[in-house]
Amino acid sequence: MPMTYPECAGANARWPTRVRALGRDGYSPVMKLPDPRGPLGAAVLDHLRSHRPLGEAGVRAADADTDDRALTLWTLHELYFRGFDDVDADMEWDPTVVGLRNELEADLEAGLRRSFDAWDGPTDLAGMIAAFEDRPGLSSFIRTRATAAQVREILAEKSVFHLKEADPHAFVQPRLDVAPKAALATIQFDELGAGRPDRLHAQLFADALEAAGLDATYGAYVGRAATSTLAVSNVLAMFCLRRRLRFAAAGHLAAFEATSSLPCAAIVRGLRRLGFDERVVTYYDEHVEADAVHEALAWDELCVPMIEGDADREREVMFGAFACMEVEARSAADLLERWS
Amino acid sequence: MSRGPRLVRDVDFVVSGDGQACEAKRPVVALCTCGATGRPPWCDATHKLLDTRG
Repeated sequence: MPMTYPECAGANARWPTRVRALGRDGYSPVMKLPDPRGPLGAAVLDHLRSHRPLGEAGVRAADADTDDRALTLWTLHELYFRGFDDVDADMEWDPTVVGLRNELEADLEAGLRRSFDAWDGPTDLAGMIAAFEDRPGLSSFIRTRATAAQVREILAEKSVFHLKEADPHAFVQPRLDVAPKAALATIQFDELGAGRPDRLHAQLFADALEAAGLDATYGAYVGRAATSTLAVSNVLAMFCLRRRLRFAAAGHLAAFEATSSLPCAAIVRGLRRLGFDERVVTYYDEHVEADAVHEALAWDELCVPMIEGDADREREVMFGAFACMEVEARSAADLLERWS
Repeated sequence: MSRGPRLVRDVDFVVSGDGQACEAKRPVVALCTCGATGRPPWCDATHKLLDTRG
């Protein structure tokens, strides 16, 4: 039924109180710097807080272990998102920060390219997805045998990137040509709640965390997240923040969306089996239908027009798709190993 | 993925064969074309299971 003008004007005012409150709390609370996991992280934290040159600490990124590097890169990336309470906002463009980020990302990218070059499976999206289905996944574990405590642990890990869901892709938007730009905007509008703050996917996840008895504060579980969980976040942020990697970012999104609907449906069954609150179920239930839409948009309307029949671009898109599934599979294997 | 959904934009409702109207709650919706969805009229990716089995 069409709305008359006065009704339209009052529409926002009639939103539930909770929705209006979401608009008010705006940018806070912002997170504190996570505790470092090694000498590199310690030197970077010191630099971010005191601006002391990194060289003074005598620490080199190349000497740091994987865990130290992963949390350091997560921290550096976060400067481009919401930043930290205890860091000057201008450190986002500090030359030392940018230089170290370049170094850590180059290493991360090189490792993924080596894995991709060694991949001897199918190189089309459907085939590659099918090949990755042989690796153990979290959704069937949640559906059939996870305990409630294990599901809560998985939710806490996933909060590292789900609380900023769709945010990385906003950086890709201006780097695209007209047709793929429109396609990505369509996906993003849906991800960001289509104008409803309470339907924003990151907010649905925050609601799910709260309903599961977890801390829904942005970044709450970053400090204790597994290295492989941080890698999932770092790879996506790297693809989305670097214009050169925009084809990989598109392929990553296509793979992510195409491997979401059925697993989310399985997770819904698992959450119901364990009697989780409906707000936890809602996050995954929303993604069954949403990602069936996004999957079709991401491949047909984002990736295909970006590739334009060019073999090099297609390989780059598929590199992004591979990287998405590879880091997800490593993360799942890591978590499952805790309970095997 | 031959039996994938049909994307439809800018619709408020989708009316099923038996005359039931379903509200389209997102800007683009994916309509099931394989007939096996658990959430008609929306696609829930069930077609992928049909593709691998059949």
